[in-house]
Order: sequence, then C-alpha cells, then structure tokens
Amino acid sequence: MTELKKDNVHRGIPAAPGIRIAKAFLFRKEVEKVIEENITNTDKAIDNFEEAIVKSKAELAKVFSLAVDKLGVKRAALFEAQIMILDDPILIQTIKSRIEKEKKNSEFIVNSEFSKYQDLMSMSKEPYMKERSHDIEDIKNRIIRNIKKKKWKSRITENEIILVSNSLTPADTVLFSRLKVTGYVTNFGGLTSHAAIVARSLNVPAVVGLHEATENISDDDLVIIDGFNGIVIVNPDNEQIDFYKRKLEKLSQVDIELAKLKDLPATTLDGKKIDIFANLDMTEELELIIQNGGEGIGLMRTEQIFQEYDSFPSEEEQTTVYSNYAQKIYPFPLTIRAFDIGGDKVLPVDVREPNPMLGWRGIRFLIDNKNLFKSQIKAVLKASIHKNVKFMIPMVASYRELKVTIDLITECKNELNKDGINFDNHMELGIMIEVPSAALMIKDFADEVDFFSIGTNDLIQYMLAVDRGNDIVANQYQEFHPAIIRTLSYIINEAKKYKTKVTLCGEMAANYMAIPILIGLGLDSISVSGSVIPHAKQIIRALNYSEISKFALSLLELRTEKEIHEKIDIFYFEKFGESSKEFYSN
Amino acid sequence: MIEKNVEIINKAGLHTRPAATIVKIASQFESDFYIMKDGFSINGKSIIGVMTLAAAKGSVIKLTFEGEDEVKMSDAIIDYFNRGFDEL
Repeated sequence: MTELKKDNVHRGIPAAPGIRIAKAFLFRKEVEKVIEENITNTDKAIDNFEEAIVKSKAELAKVFSLAVDKLGVKRAALFEAQIMILDDPILIQTIKSRIEKEKKNSEFIVNSEFSKYQDLMSMSKEPYMKERSHDIEDIKNRIIRNIKKKKWKSRITENEIILVSNSLTPADTVLFSRLKVTGYVTNFGGLTSHAAIVARSLNVPAVVGLHEATENISDDDLVIIDGFNGIVIVNPDNEQIDFYKRKLEKLSQVDIELAKLKDLPATTLDGKKIDIFANLDMTEELELIIQNGGEGIGLMRTEQIFQEYDSFPSEEEQTTVYSNYAQKIYPFPLTIRAFDIGGDKVLPVDVREPNPMLGWRGIRFLIDNKNLFKSQIKAVLKASIHKNVKFMIPMVASYRELKVTIDLITECKNELNKDGINFDNHMELGIMIEVPSAALMIKDFADEVDFFSIGTNDLIQYMLAVDRGNDIVANQYQEFHPAIIRTLSYIINEAKKYKTKVTLCGEMAANYMAIPILIGLGLDSISVSGSVIPHAKQIIRALNYSEISKFALSLLELRTEKEIHEKIDIFYFEKFGESSKEFYSN
Repeated sequence: MIEKNVEIINKAGLHTRPAATIVKIASQFESDFYIMKDGFSINGKSIIGVMTLAAAKGSVIKLTFEGEDEVKMSDAIIDYFNRGFDEL
C-alpha cells in the first residue's frame, strides 16, 4: 500500500464512513470584527440590536425546524437552547442598558457581554462546557452579523465539494447538508463532536481532528476522503486516484449486488417466505433499513433514547419519538421494547449491585418504577393509532411479571379512554424470551401474549452461566452449544403448538452460519441490524426449506458445539462449494 | 431574604434542560433569585447565566431569594432541586 505512504496523505480520526473524491472548499468562519466605537444616538443602536435579535431568532427557528427533520428532536434541542438565549430577559436588558450608559456601539457591547459568559464556561473543567462555549460563540456571531446587516454568503457552487474547516458548529453542518457537501474534513473535533455526529446521521463521510487541514488544503485542491480509515489525500497522484477508484468500484459493486435484493422477498427456493425485520438503535438507521428492504422493526431499543436525553424522557417526548418512527415505517410494523435498563446497561439511579446481570433490570426495574413504566406504556399506546405498533417486554422470568404488566397496560388504557385519547385497543403485546425459566413456560405465556421474540444474547449467557464480557470465560459463550439449539427448537415448537408468533432478534440472527439453522428450526421471521438485511436475504433465497429443516433436526442429536460447527461447515461446503466462504464472508 | 444551600442529586447534574426549567419557574415570580457557586453569583432568571454553571451530581450550591413573593418562589425552586429535576 505505497499509495498511502506518500507525503500528501494526512491522517485524522475517522468520524463517518465512506469514500469520496472531490474538490476542496475551504470554509472560513467569518468571525465578525468588532471595533469599539463611541456613539451619540443610543436609541438607534438599541433599535439595531433589537432588530438583530428578531432576525437571529427567525434564522435559528429555520435551522431548528430543519434540524428536527434531519436529526430528530433530541439533537435539535441544542438549537432550542440557543433560541432561549435570545429571549433571556437579563441578558437583553443588560446589553440595552450598557449601550445607553456606556454610549458604545451595540456590536461592541454584545461581544463584551457574551464574552463574559464564555470566559466562565472556558474556565470549567467539564469537557461539555467547552462545547457549550462554542455554541455561545455561534450565537454571538449571529447577532453581531445581523447588527451589521450582513448576510451569510455562500460561495459554494453546484458542484460536489469536500468541506474543509477549522471546526464546524452544529448549525453549519445542518445547513451544509442542503448543499452538495459530500465530505467533511476538520482541524478539530473528536468522534463525539457535533460535526461528527451530524455527518454520521446524514451519511456523509467525515475525517476530523487533522489539526492542520486548513493549512495543507487550499480551495479547489482535489481531495480524497476515506472516512473508514481517517485518511485524507491532498492532490492525489494517478496511482492514488486509481487505488481509491478501485475501492469505490468494489464498494458500489457490493452495493449493486445487494441492492438488487431490496424489493425481492426472503423466500426459500421451495417457496417459504421469511419476514426480515430490523433492529433499530438510532433514528438515522431508519432510512438504511427502508432502503435495504426491511419489512418492519422487530426490535426498537428504547433505553437508547433515555441515554440520549441524559434523563428519563417525559411521556410527551416519548410519544413524539415513537409516533415519528411508527409513521416513518408505516405500513410495516414497529415493535417497541420497553426500557431494558440495568444489567450491563446504565442504571439511572445509583445502585451498586454485586451482580447486575442477575439484578435489578428489565421488567423487574420497570415494575418497581411504575410511573416511569406507565409513561412509556401510554406513549406507546398513543403512537399506536395507525395500528402498526407492537409492545414488547424484556427479561420476563415469571408469569406474575407478565400479569402485573398486563394489569398496568389495562390501567393505562382506561386512563387514556377517560381523557378521550385514541389508541389501538388491540395493540399486540409480546415478551422477550431471554431467561431460561421463560423458555420453559411458553405454553402458559402463550395464553396471554400475541408474540414471542427470542433474545439469544442473554438467553445463551443465562443458560450457559457465562458472562461474555468476561475474557476468562468468554470463549465458553457458545451460540451453537447443543443445549442452545435444543432450547431454540423447544421454544419454536411450543409457540407454534399454542399458535403464538415467534421471532428472534439476537445477534445470532446476523450470523450466516446460524441462519439455515434458525429458519430450519421453523422461525418465520428474524430481526437483524439494517446493514445485514441484504445478506440475510441473499442466504435465505439460496436455501431449500425442506432440506434445512431436516438439517436442523439432525443437529438436535449432537453432543458438542464442535460437532455442530463441523456439520454446518460441511452443509455450506456441499451447498456452495469452494465459494461458500467468500460468498458469505461479507 | 431567604438563603438556602441545595445539593444536586440527579445523575446528569445541572445540564441544559434543568437549567431551562429553573429559569422558567423563576420567571413566574417577582422576587430576585440568585445562584451562588464557586464564588460566582448568577441571576437565576437568566438562561445564559444558569448555563454557565457546571454543577455535577453531589455539588452544593447556594440559592438566595429576595422580594415580596420570596417564600413561594423559594418553595417552588427548592422543591424542583429536591426532586432531582424530576430525573430520579
């Protein structure tokens, strides 16, 4: 790879994946120069200031609504805080009275007053205060620019460009997304900087933290940005261009191959249709899921929202989020899983448990925090008006937990009815099967629920008594342990016997070795991450159901994981020959 | 004048959302309201001011209320702090 050892290769932090070759555009943040002037007409200066505030509010409102669209409510909240600052009575009043008393131009007073707060923020040791100080800088510059009645002028043409800048504010990144920016390169910022998050959300490659990007790159330089590896090449030579063009071609070939599968169903050669659902963690994934032909969301993890908000979101906030997803995925189903807090995930209250995986988590935590649980149930119900929402309970270990949950749902429904709020009265309820005790009580649970979803990650962990996060024993976490295969078979058979739908949403569903087994054992659907959908379809479309069901049955006789592994290898080899490894190693 | 020390008890501390809520509550009252931390005194009715306070869980800050409705105001604000900004 001599291509990557030349002087024009710069390395930074890979912040958003993808490769692009385009001309550079240097975005120099126009920092408004502020000159101290003595004035006589203070009334006019105050008028100017007030107009600038109104103008800035209008601009930010626009950015805010664009951001809500593109990034979702939580991340847009940042702009809302900026709008609140423009309404700060103390700040506005202080600025006005200082203009009057000190008889100085308004931009000078604005600059001096805002800087006081920025200095305070910069003194803090908390890293987020530095970021906050940048946000304040952004709003200060906006007001000053509006006092000078200047417009932000874009020099950006219609051509695709790679944007190079010192740093980017969230507002910049959102606005640029409307232009033809195909990549971001910045001097500063890390993986969690606003620019990086927004770039990932918008699916634009980004390399940040290059330190001297703005010095090494000039306007109209040809630039290669490799967001997978954090590489930026300035004015590449022919070898480098060829190297990356080949990479791009390969990427697009894989995309084309898999894109062909988008509208094709995951049907086996002998005609058994498998529903492919997707697991969803972030808003931004939704587009990819739809693009890849996902037929709904089989698992939406809601504890992520809780983490984004740094606190429990209110019922209204949750309603907004869930309704938004339900609408976007419509007419496909959205399966919302109740907060699975605890275990290896963060607990929002300070409780130290000696063994959190066996502690206060999932449904146990929710039942002990009824108000929180009810706020979520109600928000999910409110989002169910189009009849495409399902609700799923994690970590159920006993019949009593399910009964308490059902009583709470009934209670919530009654309260919503009383308030005249609409919801889907027949919203499907399901439970995760991830605790061994629940796996043995499918028959009883089937009386109460509409569907089961097998969570293999925890089920395997609990069945084999292995903590997969513990290096010493992690190799004993065996997805293909005979007891696991037999248990899966038992769960699926019992569910079918008692006429309850069953699906699987653990990582196992994304393992190409496991797919023939899972489908062979009788699953009618699986839920995988969005990027895996095309691969899963590709495999299923090459299988014969009658063949793999026999194959899966034969595995139930085996005694060790090694034997099972060998049998799968032979199966793949017989089916796909030498190409089997390559075929499925994507 | 009412003076009271309060402790930040929620996990995330005094982040933007509680800052905004404190300002909103304070604005409903006439009295003056100041927050003291690390030697700085911040007007509690100013969002940009409250946003400069980096108050993590466990830190103690001093609140002062002065004016006609200082009792009602301090009750409302102190209650909001004691509720851990509704994030417990």
